[in-house]
Formats: sequence, C-alpha cells, structure tokens
Amino acid sequence: MGIFDYLLKKGKPNTAAVAKERLQIIVAHERRKRSQPDYLPMMQQEILEVIRKYVHIADDDVSVQLENSEDCSVLELNITLPEK
Amino acid sequence: MAKIIVVTSGKGGVGKTTSSAAIATGLALAGHKTVVIDFDVGLRNLDLIMGCERRVVYDFVNVINKEATLNQALIKDKRTNNLYILPASQTRDKDALTMEGVQKVLDDLSKDYDFIICDSPAGIEQGAQMALYFADEAIVVTNPEVSSVRDSDRILGILQSKSMRAEKGQSVKEHLLLTRYNPERVATAEMLSVADVEEILAVPLLGVIPESEAVLKASNQGAPVILDTESNAGKAYSDAVKRLLGEEVPHRFLDVEKKGFFKRLLGGK
Repeated sequence: MGIFDYLLKKGKPNTAAVAKERLQIIVAHERRKRSQPDYLPMMQQEILEVIRKYVHIADDDVSVQLENSEDCSVLELNITLPEK
Repeated sequence: MAKIIVVTSGKGGVGKTTSSAAIATGLALAGHKTVVIDFDVGLRNLDLIMGCERRVVYDFVNVINKEATLNQALIKDKRTNNLYILPASQTRDKDALTMEGVQKVLDDLSKDYDFIICDSPAGIEQGAQMALYFADEAIVVTNPEVSSVRDSDRILGILQSKSMRAEKGQSVKEHLLLTRYNPERVATAEMLSVADVEEILAVPLLGVIPESEAVLKASNQGAPVILDTESNAGKAYSDAVKRLLGEEVPHRFLDVEKKGFFKRLLGGK
C-alpha cells in the first residue's frame, strides 16, 4: 500500500464489521429455524385457520416458537387479536 | 477401514475442488493410500485440476451401474504415489448416483484405502447430500465473504441433521478451511478476519489459505497447488494436511507481509 492509499483511506467505513454483524443476525435466525421440527409451519397454519373461524387475523398475528432448554421444551404460542 | 472426508461448502467457486486435490495429494505424500472422488456428476472438473483428464475411460456412474469395475475406473496419479482419482460422470441424468450404489463403492474402497476424499458439488441438492452422507469428517471450505459464510452455516446444519452419522446420533467431525484470504484487505477492515468467521461458524479451524496467484497457475497446469512448495498457498495446504493428521502446526500467512520502506512508500507488491 503506497502513501497515496494511506491518504485516501481516511474516513473509509469498516465494511468488515458491517458484514460480521449482518452475518451474526442472519445465521442466528436461520439456526433457530433449523432447530425447529418440520411440523411447526404446518401447525402454525392450522392454528391460524381455526382462529380465523372466529376472528379475523392476519398471517403474522400468530407466532409459534419452540424453545429447547436443557431438560424441557416450551412451545410458545403468541396470538395477537385485533382491537375492538 | 478408510476415513471418509467430505470437502463441501454450499456455495460454488470457493475452492472445493482445488482443496480436495491439494488435500488428497498431501495425504498421499504423507504416505497414506488415498482416493479422491468427484461427486459433481454432469460437471466433472477434478480430473482437470489433477491433470488426468485425458486418462478418464470409466467413471463413478459406470461403476455404480456395473458397466465397469472399480479398478477400471480408478486413475492412478502420475506424480504422487498412493493417490487415485475416481472421476465423475458427464451424464446429464441427475439421479445417476444412488445411495446404495455410492455406499457399495465407498465400502469397497474402504477396504484398500486409508482416506477417501469426497469432492462435493455446490448447492444442497441430491449430489451434495450424497457426498456428505457417509462422511466421518467434513472440511467446510469458506471464503471470507457474506454469502459463502452463510452457505457454510447452512451446509453445517445439513451435516448435523442429514448425514448418516447424525441419523445414528453420532457427529461428523467438522473442520473450517478458510480460502482466498487476503491479509491486506483484512488489515484495512474490508474483509472478514479469521477470528470473525470462526466466531460466526464456531467450527475448529483447519487452515487458512491465502489468496494466491499460485492457485490459478496450478490449475492451468493440472498440478495440485500443494505441489508448488514455494507458494504460500501450497505451504498453507501442507500445514492443513498436517493438522488433519493430528499434528499441531501454527497458522501462517494471516498477517500482512512486512515490506521494505521503499516498497511500502511506492505501493509495490
């Protein structure tokens, strides 16, 4: 790297840090999805349909998550009902 | 019993075949009887990298379909003792490889060889899954670049869930091989560092291969780059092979090479 490169480099953003941060987020997200059983998306869809028989909700108003800790698994079901 | 090692990555063009050729050659140079298998059916290229493209008569699919024996299809490397190549077929039939067929070939090779290196195709389709299914160990080739790191994580997930060892409740030993590494660009924060990639993937580091002109020169000539013992890439592959064999070798070529004052001032390479 020559003297001119040094002069030009000032104020250049740290793109490697941006890459690392983006990767950490997406990789964590994809690992979470991976560790979930295959039936989860289908179950989420069916729960959605049952609720829709009674109230009108959007696709993303139901979230299903399986948390695995050491000796137990918790199935967390989160439904956002519309305000009256 | 041979040790089966898959060289995989998810993403294409990161250096799977270059690494398979170099590592297989390194293992053979260390005295281990080694065979390297090209799993990239339809896009055969290991033969070119190994410099034996004109000696291919029968291939992997011929052996599976019993159109040829294993010994007819195996090509003995001309440069390196103890080294054999099983080329991929150029057929366009995607289902040419069958699980039973691959298992039979690997079982037969297992009796005579110390190491079986499986050069995986890119992607996560059937060919790639077949290449990793029977593996005892996996070398995940990664470039310090976002899409390659993400795809490596994806392939690690497949190794941990869809390999034979995973199905049996065992684990596949994973190794990270970081290729096309450019210490200058890491120093200027333009490229992910070894530590960054290690932190994201959390896989033990087998080696770091610096970006090197020697790799293209080697593939031009059809001689695995590990044979270019003067080049940094060749030396880095030799170190990686030693680590694969259990030796502890310090990592080299991670930092910017020190240049003389004038060279630095003038920006010479």
